[in-house]
Amino acid sequence: MMYFSRMKTTAILAVCLLGLLLGVPNLFPAPVSWLPWHTVHLGLDLKGGSYLLLEVDMKAVTKERLASLEDSIRQALREKQVFYQSLDSQPDQNRVVLRLRDAAKTDIAMAALKALISFDPNNGQPDMALEATPDGAITMTLSAPALAQRAAGAVDQSIEIVRRRIDQTGVVDPQITRQGQNRIVVQLPGISDPDRIKQLIGKTAHMTFRLVDETVVPTASSVAPPGTDYLPMLDRGGEKVAVRKRIDVDGADLTDARAGTSPETGEWVVNFTFNSVGARRFADISRANVNHRFAIVLDDKVISAPVIREAITAGRGQISGSFTATSANDLAVLLRAGALPAPLTVVEERSVGPELGADSIRAGAVSLIAGFLFVVAFMGIFYGLFGWFANIALLVNLFLMLGLMSLLEATLTLPGMAGILLTLGMAVDANILINERIREEQKLGRPPLQALEHGFKRAYSTIFDSNATAFLAHVMLFVFGSGPVKGFAVTITVGIATTMFTAWMLTRLMVSRWYVATRPKSLPV
Amino acid sequence: MFIKPRFRLVRENTTIKFMRGRIAGLVVSAILSTASVVLFFYPGLNLGIDFSGGVVMQVRTDGPADFAKIHAALAAAHVGEQGVQRFGDPSEVLIRLGAQPTEAATQKAVAAVRDALDQGVPGTKIQRVDAVGASVSAELFRNGLLALGISLVMILIYIWFRFEWQFAVGAVVTLVLDITKAIGFLALTRIEFDLVMVAAILTILGYSTNDKVVVYDRVRENLRKYKSMPLRDLIDLSINETLNRTLGTSMTVFLASLPLALFGGESISGFAWVMLFGIVVGTSSSIFIAAPILLFLGEHRLRRDAAAPVKTQAALEP
Repeated sequence: MMYFSRMKTTAILAVCLLGLLLGVPNLFPAPVSWLPWHTVHLGLDLKGGSYLLLEVDMKAVTKERLASLEDSIRQALREKQVFYQSLDSQPDQNRVVLRLRDAAKTDIAMAALKALISFDPNNGQPDMALEATPDGAITMTLSAPALAQRAAGAVDQSIEIVRRRIDQTGVVDPQITRQGQNRIVVQLPGISDPDRIKQLIGKTAHMTFRLVDETVVPTASSVAPPGTDYLPMLDRGGEKVAVRKRIDVDGADLTDARAGTSPETGEWVVNFTFNSVGARRFADISRANVNHRFAIVLDDKVISAPVIREAITAGRGQISGSFTATSANDLAVLLRAGALPAPLTVVEERSVGPELGADSIRAGAVSLIAGFLFVVAFMGIFYGLFGWFANIALLVNLFLMLGLMSLLEATLTLPGMAGILLTLGMAVDANILINERIREEQKLGRPPLQALEHGFKRAYSTIFDSNATAFLAHVMLFVFGSGPVKGFAVTITVGIATTMFTAWMLTRLMVSRWYVATRPKSLPV
Repeated sequence: MFIKPRFRLVRENTTIKFMRGRIAGLVVSAILSTASVVLFFYPGLNLGIDFSGGVVMQVRTDGPADFAKIHAALAAAHVGEQGVQRFGDPSEVLIRLGAQPTEAATQKAVAAVRDALDQGVPGTKIQRVDAVGASVSAELFRNGLLALGISLVMILIYIWFRFEWQFAVGAVVTLVLDITKAIGFLALTRIEFDLVMVAAILTILGYSTNDKVVVYDRVRENLRKYKSMPLRDLIDLSINETLNRTLGTSMTVFLASLPLALFGGESISGFAWVMLFGIVVGTSSSIFIAAPILLFLGEHRLRRDAAAPVKTQAALEP
């Protein structure tokens, strides 16, 4: 127990030295080039910044899928000249229900609709089920796995688009990660007022170009005819425009969008460029509809509805409509980044200003130093030399913790600082148990070396048991906790690991060296 | 002077008859825990934003805060203000809004407060915004309880595995009593119960177990050493022998937490006070609760186990 081979000694000292090297950088504000420079990441509650938890609206994903299915059904049946009485999506049951006018045509319709089913390339499962009743009612139900896959895809796509949008705003080092099934965590260091970001994220920014239905005039009381929507004009009270449901060109076909000012009017506008598909379709539509109006629709609001003067074949266009420099810029950002597949809502926000963060660091550091000194004084007074061995180990422990956390790139939060303090208090507990045991063994009349042997050996199981239970509790906290509290769990678990090393190995090494050097007749415990 | 210890926390060879107070200890503990359970229901815990949902904004004003002005600005914004209070420094103010019906409304309320303060009370700086939607708060609460529950079960299993079952039951019953008292303390002091408090309670749990393990370890050792000593005397002896350990380990954690309560700042001091309370409760319960329970459960059975040790590994090498 008290004998250390040269290799073991070297290994223990090497770990301490490594911990020191890794931990020391945290004490200095700027990197020193010859040291391996990893520092602990400060949590947003210490550094200042915003944490946003976004939820992807999964119902909207289903709804969207059903709407596009409805579209495909409509087109498929039109091609086969099959007419229907009604066609409705029922989002609660994940299905579209249609009723044919002529039940005799069920077979033709079924054949046409069967072509809409696609199969999973991996397991050959169809993505929806098709059923018909003899009276001409047909239901198409989306399969649960296919929907789940689509939902997962929607979250991934949302993350990508949120990232693109935030990157455009020049926030330094944003972190965007997935959480659970349908949530996205956005961390914005240094941003204490995330209002603009929230606005950018809060829009789906689905842009469509559609023709205006000039045969009807929307009034407050009338209902839009089939195939047409009454959509409100942006920034113009309740004024509505009759817009055809059919999407002629989709915003997904844009390759670029930039804010600029119009040379004629000096107003802010957004200039955009189509890709080749979009350009061709836009050219066709505009050629066929000269002197008619078309609408530029963003998230079910009409931005503008100009009259087509001539065929637009260059694949470039311009959106105007009472923009300011900021709103034109924001729209350009949104169009460049692409549309979100589903709306996002902010379900949790935590923002901390830099001043408060700095205050917290200061308060945490003062507490840490005071707590350290209290513990060191206690150990020195009540355990003498062996207490000082423990104190040296405690200092090493502190650096090891910092070093290990830097290496793991763990995040230090305010509760995490509390965790470091508690670890300091609990770390010396191991030494207390060892010292008390040595003292007892000596009282039983054992010679010094034997007392040391037995003391360390016997105290070990107690130390291990008590640390194991604490470890279990904090792993649970890490699994179920969130945000800064996770930081607490991290520091405590890291602390338990380093404590086992310093209390069990390092102090034992120190005591052993001291014993060999002095050969005392009795132990000062 | 650095070589010899200067003092002992407790003098050597104490022979305090702790088990004489076993009934008193259990009764006092039961009363306190019952009172805590009552306090839990009435007035109940002061749920922090993590669990109640809603909005908390910490604001720093230019000079001492003018509460009338802040109240007026918030009233004009119609955000459903639920309290404006000083937060530590006179120029720090905590504004609390109730849970809003939807997530979107929560976000609107935050923006409205920002605007209202900008215009109504110029010079204020918003230091912190916590806005938690209803779905998230319910989830955080459930996860917090899960963490607590699973930890308790795991500790039970662990101690069961390492000791005999009487020890495990004794430890977990004591831990439950400890936790209820901590919750009573929270209800009484109106310290906000939030995620950080769950962390505090879990830490108390882990820490309090340490303390019990120290005493139980010694009881187990003495059971083998003194085969004929009555369990009651044996437990007393074990507690007396480990008194310096029990008190010493508690002191160090107490000393480490104290600065946090005093200088840690408003947002963490609640955590530290609960820790300090938990340390005191956990230490006394090791002596006055966990040990008597062991006495009641183990009067005959433990002795038999020790005579013919089943768990030889654990029994031989403490």
